[in-house]
Formats: sequence, structure tokens, C-alpha cells
Amino acid sequence: MQISGAQMVIESLIAEDVSVVFGYPGGAIMNVYDEIYKQSGFQHVLARHEQAAIHAAEGYSKATGKVGVAMITSGPGFTNAVTGLADAYMDSIPMVVISGQVPMSLIGTDAFQEIDAVGISRPCTKHNFLVTDAKDLPRVMKEAFYIASTGRPGPVHVDIPKDVTAQIEEFVYPETVELETYKPTVKGNLRQIKKAVDAIAEASRPIFYLGGGVINSNASDEVRELVNMTNIPAVETLMARGVMGADNENLISMLGMHGSYAANMSMSEADLMIAVGARFDDRVTGKLSEFAKHAKVIHIDIDPASVSKLVSADFPIVGDVKSVIKEMIPLAKEKVDSQRYAQWRETVANFDKLHPLAYEDSDEVIKPQWAIERLGQLLGDDANITTDVGQHQMWSAQFYPFSRPRQWITSGGLGTMGFGFPAALGVKRGCPDKVSINVTGDGSILMNIQELMTSVEYKLPVINVILNNNYLGMVRQWQTMFYDKRHSSTDLSMQPDFVMLAESFGGVGYRVKTKEEFDAAIKDAVEKNVVALIDVTVNRLENVLPMVPAGGSLFNMMLEYKDK
Amino acid sequence: MAEERRVISVIVINEASVLSRISGLFSGRGYNIDSLTVAPIPDSKYSRITIVTQGSVRVIEQIIKQLHKLIPVLKVYEHENLVEKEMALVKFPISECLSDIAALCAAYNGKIVNVGEDVIICNVADIPGRVDNFLKAIKRFHPKEIVRSGVVAMEI
Repeated sequence: MQISGAQMVIESLIAEDVSVVFGYPGGAIMNVYDEIYKQSGFQHVLARHEQAAIHAAEGYSKATGKVGVAMITSGPGFTNAVTGLADAYMDSIPMVVISGQVPMSLIGTDAFQEIDAVGISRPCTKHNFLVTDAKDLPRVMKEAFYIASTGRPGPVHVDIPKDVTAQIEEFVYPETVELETYKPTVKGNLRQIKKAVDAIAEASRPIFYLGGGVINSNASDEVRELVNMTNIPAVETLMARGVMGADNENLISMLGMHGSYAANMSMSEADLMIAVGARFDDRVTGKLSEFAKHAKVIHIDIDPASVSKLVSADFPIVGDVKSVIKEMIPLAKEKVDSQRYAQWRETVANFDKLHPLAYEDSDEVIKPQWAIERLGQLLGDDANITTDVGQHQMWSAQFYPFSRPRQWITSGGLGTMGFGFPAALGVKRGCPDKVSINVTGDGSILMNIQELMTSVEYKLPVINVILNNNYLGMVRQWQTMFYDKRHSSTDLSMQPDFVMLAESFGGVGYRVKTKEEFDAAIKDAVEKNVVALIDVTVNRLENVLPMVPAGGSLFNMMLEYKDK
Repeated sequence: MAEERRVISVIVINEASVLSRISGLFSGRGYNIDSLTVAPIPDSKYSRITIVTQGSVRVIEQIIKQLHKLIPVLKVYEHENLVEKEMALVKFPISECLSDIAALCAAYNGKIVNVGEDVIICNVADIPGRVDNFLKAIKRFHPKEIVRSGVVAMEI
């Protein structure tokens, strides 16, 4: 079949079973958009900013497990998308992002809307391609999807000059990929796995340290089985919320900078850590030399570079989490006595009793933690929760009762304010039967507020719950604690009228100052299934606690903050 | 942790931008490059990049793993037993003593390769430490320009 490069892009996407592309057109990508106009194989969702298009594709991918696809033009279209690429790279989200480029003859001439896109995307993608000949396009597209979705997943960027999308060539979409230089290890080394299980059987204070890799590998069922069978306490990272399910009695909670006392103390006291798809981020470990310093380390990860990067592993196992855990289950059944850890479990339970995750509620003002807890009571499993970045994100991670993997979508590694709303509309597109909630702050929401239009146009009802404290809250908290209350540029008292703002886009706005109004607004928005901004006035100076100050040790938590 | 000097060979697909992936990895992650040489491997679609770097054991291990992670990288060799060679070209004013320079070059596997109206150019090829010594030794001949090639290496 002789077709144009632009048509090849479309045919490739259809061959990859893509059902939605998030994007924004422009000069250099117009040939492809012309073909999008003519086709009916997938839906194109027009975001209102390229950054949002990428975040929407990320949300879609995180909620469904499929490869997220986004399309943008050259120059500013691409540079706007870079934040999204970096975000997807840090959180290992499988994505294919296609950008237009100026024609080959103009590359290097500082042409209109020209930028060295692959030069910029190189450090923030898993791989990238500049396609200089349409003959390469079918292979490149196939490889892009393959690379994005295998091994440690990540974004792949395909940059296509305008004349290449016009070039007519023979199109045959390859059925298989042959990449001599890229062969991710899936199966873990069986001898290492056996040694690891032996170590578990001999440990007295073991702990599972579960990371986002468990979700990427779709291994939550297997991990739950192993944890439940062995009765070993487990902690989750921010990215792993939902793996164990909130009501699982082996789950302690989240660990790290804003992790629970029990999670952090258990980690500090453990004699064996079983790290599963986790990468020892500094927000998790605190002071590295003090992190779980009594523990031997089993580290299961598909990315060899993650193993022993920060903490040296005694039992490194490179492989896909699902495959490795499946191998571990029968061995553990045979060797591990689940009664063995009873005393340790008691210690963990005592940690939790001593300082449970809690907050002081109020009758006068809505506490942000209450709002999250209440949201959990009202919606529970029926909602997918997306967040922006800041205090509201931490409270959501601490207090929402997550029951399943892929219920929780947040920007972890890069910490991208403005992620939440577009991601939530991607989540809604991927899981239309679930309520899509974006918990956000009064700072973050304004960073991609234009997506109200996308949400309304495509009937992707995202309910934005703004925990409004008139502050850039997390930075304000640090300024209060560590900068002697010099609240430099964090007072956000100057605000739009969020209700009118929502309405001007055709959404619905709610003003919430009491608990009753909160319930009513959530119920109304869910029932009416509308794009909503719920402006919840919360306690202004609330702090996220407990807190491990940056660079501190996990066992030195700030459990309360007394105003001096 | 003590810094170690390491010679690493990276076999990569010979395609556009592969060198920038490698050098970008080093700069982006804060690794050192003492020298870097690259040339196609004859009769193949691959190139060999030889990198001399320094770092602690852990850093070197990360460098190797991160290099492996790059899609167009086929193999990474961290050399233990190797033959290393580096070349240097040196330009002298014609007024310097030709025979002294020639004798010195010969001691370092080199010779005079060009004599012009104003300058003499010589080359040497030896292990990097000996090239260092050579460059010290020729100072008294007032070299006008020195070009070092960076190291190439082969596992024994």
C-alpha cells in the first residue's frame, strides 16, 4: 500500500489498537491532522495546551495500563510538552508522543517554530526518534510502542519533519520487533530468588517495601497473595498506593517524608527489606545512610540500573515484578512460616497505636484531612483519585482508603503542579464508569485551568476538589518551619471566583465552607455527572504531618508542629 | 570512596545522535569524561566508543548500567586487562633540534611525520602515562601545539 507518512502515522496508531489521542495541532503536524480528520479508527481529544495533552495521555495510561498517545506540533508545541514528557519519564509511564518538525530542508536553519526537539527530549524520555525518511516510519512506530511498554516503561518521543509526513512510500506495518540492542530481562534469576526466599524464612523482622513498579507490572494480586501468605508487614510508596488495599491488615501505610510513624519506624527497625518495584527515592529514604540500616536488602526491579543505585542490595533480582513474585509464591509457601513474625507484627501494631495517622478535627472550619477522609467515605472504590502536587496530594495519599491499583494517579517523581486536572480527564476517558476526582490546591488548579474547556467539550466530567487555603501550602509549610515564617510569594489570597470561573466554561462551581456543604456539593456533582470546581475553604495554616525534614532520618519524625 | 580511573568500551549502533546520548548521559548525571574516542567498527553497523572516566566503585557501576540502558547500546566493557594506546601530535618550531626530537619520539613509539618551512610535527603512540611523560620531556623544545587523541583500548 503506497501512502503518505501522515497516513502511516494513523495506520500505525490503529494497528497498535489506540483508541484515543490527546493533542494540539499546528503547522508542522498539519499533514497528520488532515489524516486524523479523515479517519474514524480513534478519537482525538483536543486539549487546550500541549502540556495538558501529555498529562491527559499519562492519566489515561496510568488508569488503563495502555500506552498513552499524544500529538503536538514543532517548536513551542513541543517545548510546552516537555514537562509532560519529563513527568512520564520520572514515573515510568508508557507513552508515545508524536511531534511535528520543520521540513528536513529547513532543519538547522532556525526556521519558524524550529527547535531541536530530540535534543531536548533526550534526557527526559526512554528513547526518541527523528524520522528522516518515511520508509522508516512503520518500523519506528512499532519500535516506539514496543520500547514504551516493555522493560521499565517510559515515554518515547517520535519527531517527524513535515516533508516526511508528505512523502509517499510503501507501508507494511511490522508484526514483530527485532531490536538487537534492547532486550529487557523479564525472568528473575531463580537461584537468587531461592536465596531471597531463604532470607525471608530466616528473618525475624522482615518488611515489604512496595513501589510503583508493582502497579506497572500489574502484579498487585500476586503481591497481595505473597504478603498475605507470609503475614509480613508491608509499606507502600506514594506511587504504590492501592496495591494492598486500605483494609488489608498487613498494610502499615505509606512511608517516607510524610509517611506514617508506624511505616517509617518499622522500616527503621526491620532486619530484612523486600523492595519490590521501588527505587529508593530521597523522599522515601530520608537520610540514606540511616535508611533501614539494620536491614538486609532484597531488591526486585526490572531496571538493572535501579538495583543498588542508592542502597546496595544483598539479594539483587532483576526481572519483572509479576514474574518474580510468581516464582516466589510456591517457594515461600514451602519455606516461610507465617507465624514466625508474630512478635514483629505486634511491634508494628504498637507503633501504629502509639502514633496513628491522625489529625485534630474542627467544628468551625473544614480540615483538609477531613475532606479527604469524607471523600473516601462518600465515594470509596467508586472513584479514581488524581491529584496535583503539594499538601493536598500528601493528605490524599495519607487519608483516602485506596482499594485497588490504578485507583490513585499522581505525579510522584517530577512533582508537577498542573498535572491533576488534565490527567483526571484522561483517567475519565479511560475509565468512564468511575467517578474521576481531581484533588487539588488553589495553587495547582490554576496551572492547567484551561482544561475546563476540554472536559466540558468532550463530556469528561472531572470533579475538581480544591482544598483552598489561600496559600501555596506546601512551600508555605516549609517557610513556616524552616524559614522563620517568611512566607515569601506563597500567599495566594488574590484568587479568581472559582464558581464563576467554572460556569464561564460551562462547568458547575460550588462554594463549600461547611461539612454539610461539602457533602452536598460532592453528591450533587457526582449525581449530575458534571465538570465541577468545588472550592473548599479549608483551615489556612494546616500542616502535613508527620514529617521527616529533608535529609533527616526516617525515625526522626516531626509528629506535631507547635507554633513558636 | 576512592576515585578510580576506568576505561570503558561501548559498542553502539552507528546512527545519528548516538554520541550525544552517551555524552548527554555523562553530563546529565554528573559523571566525568577524561577522554572519549569514537570510530566505526569495520564491516559492521556498529561503532566503538572508548571512554576514560573516573569515579568511585558505585559510580562506575552506575555508569555501566546507565550506558546499558540506552537503547542503541549493544555492549559495555569495563576493562580489567587491557592494552591501551593514546596518540599525540606535537608541533615544534623548525629552529629546534631535529635529531634530539627524533630520538625522543623514537623512545615513545613515535617519529617525525612532517617537516615544513616553519614547523616540525611529530607523533607518538603509547600508554597515556607515557604520553604524559613524553609531553613533559619535550617542553624544552618549545612545542607550539599539542593534540592528544584520547585512549583506545583492547581487552587482552
